[in-house]
Amino acid sequence: MVNYIIKRLLALIPIIIGVVLIVFLMIHLIPGDPAQVMLGERGTEEALAALRESMGLNDPLYVQFWRYISKLPRGDFGRSIISNNPVLLEISHRFPATIELSVFAMIFAVLIGIPAGIFASIHQNSWFDNLSMSFALIGVSMPIFWLGLMLIWLFAVVLGWLPPSSRLSVGIELNNITNLYVLDSLIQGNWPALWDSFKHLLLPSAALATIPMAIIARMTRSSMLEVLRQDYIRTAYAKGLSGRIVVYKHALKNALVPIITVVGLQFGVLLGGAILTETIFSWPGLGRYLVNAIYARDYPVVQGGILFFSITFVFVNLIVDLSYGSIDPRIQYD
Amino acid sequence: MTTDGTAVKNRPRKKSGNPWLEAGHRLKKSKIGMAGVVIIGILLLVALFAPLLAPYSPTEQNILFRYQPPSSEHWLGTDEMGRDILSRIIYGSRISLRVGLISISLALLMGVTLGLIAGFYGGFLDMVIMRFMDIMLAFPSILLAIAIVAILGPQLENAMIAIAIINVPRFARIIRSSALSLKENDFIKAARALGAGDFRIIVNHLLPNAMAPLIVQTTLSIATAILEAAALSFLGLGAQPPSPEWGAMLSDARSALQKAPWVATFPGLAIFFGVLGFNLLGDGLRDALDPKMKNA
Repeated sequence: MVNYIIKRLLALIPIIIGVVLIVFLMIHLIPGDPAQVMLGERGTEEALAALRESMGLNDPLYVQFWRYISKLPRGDFGRSIISNNPVLLEISHRFPATIELSVFAMIFAVLIGIPAGIFASIHQNSWFDNLSMSFALIGVSMPIFWLGLMLIWLFAVVLGWLPPSSRLSVGIELNNITNLYVLDSLIQGNWPALWDSFKHLLLPSAALATIPMAIIARMTRSSMLEVLRQDYIRTAYAKGLSGRIVVYKHALKNALVPIITVVGLQFGVLLGGAILTETIFSWPGLGRYLVNAIYARDYPVVQGGILFFSITFVFVNLIVDLSYGSIDPRIQYD
Repeated sequence: MTTDGTAVKNRPRKKSGNPWLEAGHRLKKSKIGMAGVVIIGILLLVALFAPLLAPYSPTEQNILFRYQPPSSEHWLGTDEMGRDILSRIIYGSRISLRVGLISISLALLMGVTLGLIAGFYGGFLDMVIMRFMDIMLAFPSILLAIAIVAILGPQLENAMIAIAIINVPRFARIIRSSALSLKENDFIKAARALGAGDFRIIVNHLLPNAMAPLIVQTTLSIATAILEAAALSFLGLGAQPPSPEWGAMLSDARSALQKAPWVATFPGLAIFFGVLGFNLLGDGLRDALDPKMKNA
């Protein structure tokens, strides 16, 4: 197992170098002078020269790449052109908000998607099966940015039950420890903040959860259907086990590998979807920051944000692969 | 000769010898698939006859009629510029269909070419191409699209290029795995023995046999392409105002959600139905082309 992990980590190196290369080349693929594009109308001759100098744009490309890649392990992603702060600092302020949103959305998606899929598979072709699979089809076709707007309209504008934007109401105090507000308020026993941050999370994570929920429900159903046809399930029933035990102890365990795969892959979709969801709900996470950086042509931030998202995605996929062994002992790592 | 003839005569007769016709029959029986065909059909007709169907011009502004709720004159109401939302949605269907079809055709062309080269020739080329595809898959797809648009500049054409590029790896992978398994088959060896060149083998033998998964993937990809294009336009990175692109219309509607919720409602429904149509057809085609997958 340890050997396998090391092997997988080594195999990630070329992928990550490739990702870094693409992100690095981004600036150089911009048509025209990148310094001019970044500064736009703000660019006086001196400012342009200073930016070229500070970003090393005057050096040969391979020198620039080497400099870029050798700074990364030290956490040096460059500086934001707008705020002049280190990019990594800006990212680290905002990433917890994105993580909190994505994790809540995933909890939503799993808690509804998997039971719906299981129930649909046990009662194949029943009204519940048809209904939940219709919902799943609707879910995968749903533009989440539209769903988000409709949720805001219904629950915030018309009913006034939930807040339409941000992470915490004005006037609610919370000391930041991890910047994950639910966790922070739990640690501090700050119940008003817990309740308030939870209410703020509800709409955006519901919107973000739609597509993963639909895909998880469909995958759970098809994986369960496959397993429920196996001989050992018939044997389990024949020896007099209750339906509940057969389904949860025998069938679900064996159906779990493809379900986990999909859950893991959907985390990447969530990270991407967070960009849209955060924009709609004015959620102060990395996604919204990235979009604003694109509008402002703050390319070091764009590069850093994309790199950060992608590397997170790569590692989530690795963790998914590694988790197979603990779910299904038949899978041998060598 | 005679033995061949008797063998053909004695073979049990099927309803139809052509697997594509059989798949067509299965598709016709699939409720999901036919629902998709109907939705896409309506969409195509609307796009084709937009000038006849739209009651107003999609870009004509009339400040006196801003934010009119749905009425007999403006069935779906008007937006902040007093433009008729129904007319804009009708014209918007042209944009969404064009984006879906063009970007996925481009992706298909690039993906199939790369996948065939990788799968058919193998070796170093295969490794280089597929590692590059792996790197592209290491980006969440909408993020890669945003990055590409950030480089090329926010425009609908650039959004289409971005969507084409992010869809390449999926096609390349499908066609490569088909090519890998097919090229060891006897009929390919036979074709080669008969003197067929690489190009002929690829076009006449490999491609037709890899068609089924490709068709399914193409249909489903058009659905995601429409969604991705709308998302990019919604973020201001695709179609620019005053284009009646559905996602861009939604973006305009955000500020008026309280005052005029209909401005946001209908373009979103249009995106949803467009995407749903291609998803339904894709599901129907998968069941029809691969009967083993049925119910799974």
